[in-house]
Amino acid sequence: MDKTQLGEFVKSHKPDATVTEGRQYTEITVADTELHSLAKILRENEETLFDFLVCLTGVDYGDVFGVIYHLRSTRHGHMIVLKTKTSEREKPVLNSVCDIWNTAEFHEREVYDLLGVKFNHHPDLRRLFLDSSWGFPLRKDYVDDINIVSK
Amino acid sequence: MEEIVKEVVIGEQEEYIINMGPQHPSTHGVLRLVVSLKGEIVKNIEPHIGYIHRGIEKMCESITYPQIIHLTDRMDYLSAMMNNEAVCLAVEKGLEVEIPDRIKVIRTIMSELSRIQSHQLFWASYGMDMGGQTCFFYGLRDREKILDIFEETTGGRMIVSYSCPGGLMYDIHPNFQKRVKDFIKYFRGVLWEYDAILSGNVIFRERTIGIGTLTLEDAVSYGITGPSGRASGFACDIRKQEPYSAYDRVKFNEVLYTQGDTYHRYLARIEEMRESMNIIDQLIDNIPEGPYFVKMKPVIKLPEGEYFQRVETARGELDVFIISDGNKNPYRVKFRSPNFVNLGVLNHISKDFKIADLIAIAGSLDFVIPDIDR
Repeated sequence: MDKTQLGEFVKSHKPDATVTEGRQYTEITVADTELHSLAKILRENEETLFDFLVCLTGVDYGDVFGVIYHLRSTRHGHMIVLKTKTSEREKPVLNSVCDIWNTAEFHEREVYDLLGVKFNHHPDLRRLFLDSSWGFPLRKDYVDDINIVSK
Repeated sequence: MEEIVKEVVIGEQEEYIINMGPQHPSTHGVLRLVVSLKGEIVKNIEPHIGYIHRGIEKMCESITYPQIIHLTDRMDYLSAMMNNEAVCLAVEKGLEVEIPDRIKVIRTIMSELSRIQSHQLFWASYGMDMGGQTCFFYGLRDREKILDIFEETTGGRMIVSYSCPGGLMYDIHPNFQKRVKDFIKYFRGVLWEYDAILSGNVIFRERTIGIGTLTLEDAVSYGITGPSGRASGFACDIRKQEPYSAYDRVKFNEVLYTQGDTYHRYLARIEEMRESMNIIDQLIDNIPEGPYFVKMKPVIKLPEGEYFQRVETARGELDVFIISDGNKNPYRVKFRSPNFVNLGVLNHISKDFKIADLIAIAGSLDFVIPDIDR
């Protein structure tokens, strides 16, 4: 499917999702509650078959956190970008996609470690790189008194 | 008196836990694996990482784009050329700069040389992990020749920082073409030794064939890219899928196997060296004339937006994802490093094999620890 067809496909399943034609890929913005069901549709439908989670990125947008999923289909060769945001900053929680793509397990642990976003139904959500006494360094309000990297 | 003597085998009845690393020689760096064993059988592996976590993604948020290049060298230090290129391509894509052919061709040659030396070191250290000291000397002997070529042109042997947004740091050295051609001629002549020492070795084959098999379905689901994924039949070569630089003008084969075991992950790397030499052959005599640098603004500011660049390093797919808010510093930089993702599959494929096989399996995934930790 090309970029517009992918957009229409998502619209037909999730009318509330926002579809934008990005510079490279179709970008879908979807509510945090809808994300898991949309991911499952995209993974299992024969026409889309997004079986490869290329990249999972956590972003601090200031008021909330966002998670961006880059998906690829190994059979059809098309790519899509899913975006979602947590509903709040104090207790950011999203649904895990570990049951759809195994690789998400490590990616989500990294996002939890560096941004503090929790994932429901993750089998083993622990800190990955850092000790539990650290804050969440990729947050924009993180202050490191010892190694000052910001100007 | 006789009935008191009873043989006691530790761990025969219940699982026990040992630490492998962080200073174990076969982990090639500071990787700590907490291994649950039942007798000699591996039941569970829990990787503990972060011993050299430097927060490269966080550091990128406070520096400019040309400065980021120097941090990427320090991720996968055996694929430094490709790491540099990935950031450059993402920035150039954002600025919509047209890059002259000369730069594209030189970048491609450098990347392929980098790939060869990375696989040479893999072969050298993997042979040593499996008990063959000879490999280490033979591998490093050949790798030295590529590092000398790098040193002559870039001034660095591993930390090269050669590509920069808009082109290259320096033009190639006048000797470059001749030395590369000499190297290819030399290396074609000695590559059969690699097969003679390891690939055809009976002990080596016994220890690797059928060990740690990864199916195609799992390879895709775990996102295993690079030679490790292609050994399972996962066609994941970015050079074929989304050709960048000069890969669209060269002919080469994507090395694919279907067995997916440790031996074929090893073999895929040996074959890739041959393909890389073919790519260099096609380009080395046709380096176009022209500038090696496009003049850019002194302060590079990417327009607001998101830029995603996929590059094939020696270990798999490296993605650079830049979110820019229009300033001279990026808002967020994400490196999807191949080693980090590949580590996730180690527990899955090592289960129910012996602890000696764990060394073979972990070695065949070819980890570079600074790339896992970043």
